[in-house]
Amino acid sequence: MSWRAAVITFPGSNCDRDMAVALETVSGAPAIRVWHGDAELPDRLDFIALPGGFSYGDYLRSGAMAAVSPIMRAVAAAAERGVPVLGVCNGFQVLTEARLLPGALLRNAGQNFICKDVRLRVENSQSLFTAGYDAGEEITIPVAHHDGNYFADAETLDRLEGEGRVAFRYVTGCNGSQRDIAGVLNQAGNVMGMMPHPERAIDPAHGGTDGLRLFENALNALARI
Amino acid sequence: MKVRVHVSLKPGVLDPQGRAVHHALEGLGFAGVSDVRVGRTIELDVADHTTDGQLEEMCRKLLANTVIESYRIEKVREGAEA
Repeated sequence: MSWRAAVITFPGSNCDRDMAVALETVSGAPAIRVWHGDAELPDRLDFIALPGGFSYGDYLRSGAMAAVSPIMRAVAAAAERGVPVLGVCNGFQVLTEARLLPGALLRNAGQNFICKDVRLRVENSQSLFTAGYDAGEEITIPVAHHDGNYFADAETLDRLEGEGRVAFRYVTGCNGSQRDIAGVLNQAGNVMGMMPHPERAIDPAHGGTDGLRLFENALNALARI
Repeated sequence: MKVRVHVSLKPGVLDPQGRAVHHALEGLGFAGVSDVRVGRTIELDVADHTTDGQLEEMCRKLLANTVIESYRIEKVREGAEA
């Protein structure tokens, strides 16, 4: 099973190569690299990843500038058509700024940049990204962020929880996120944003492979279509 | 026309930066400061025919994230600046 997966690179992205390696590791197919200034995506994409980093130097707000870059109009259109879109770290921030996901990522409550392995609980094991995990399973994935403090109003949080759109939670808290939310899904379930970096947990040399399964899940979901 | 857009975090949204600045003010011996919120001011030079609606749209689409921030648009009168 292979796929046509793309990684978007913004000026200041720094996890784009790691993401491309993860996408190739599960499928054997090299990921297509797309530059933010491109107005169009390659055709027939099966998967789009927005990587971590500091797009546009976090000017204005993390992800704000990238969210209005030319390629994001094409990403939004692809998401609307149902193409799976994964945003990790800065990619999550970009997806919220582009309003493809609800909420926003604020400065970490403790002000510090946090870089460590965290335990996550899989809250939704039905999505195309998480179907290979067990509900309630705890996994270990590294985080590395300054603005990972998930915020949404109480009504939105209730709706996300009620609709099973909280994908992952921090087991012991992390950055001040409302209700310890680490990753969320859009209503259709084909767009997911998460602060932890699954692409940094795909090889035993990374210290763990819990992240690899996320990419395998997405590939397997494609195979079922 | 010169326009200033004042962007601030909505009430109830945690402002760790403001909290740190508050703490630092206390460290400098300033008593009686009960709260500090840090915002941002963006100055724009725009064409005179720019409408209020266009300014609002700039704020909503980019300058402020209305999920967490509120904004106030101030038109600066020419000559009012020292």
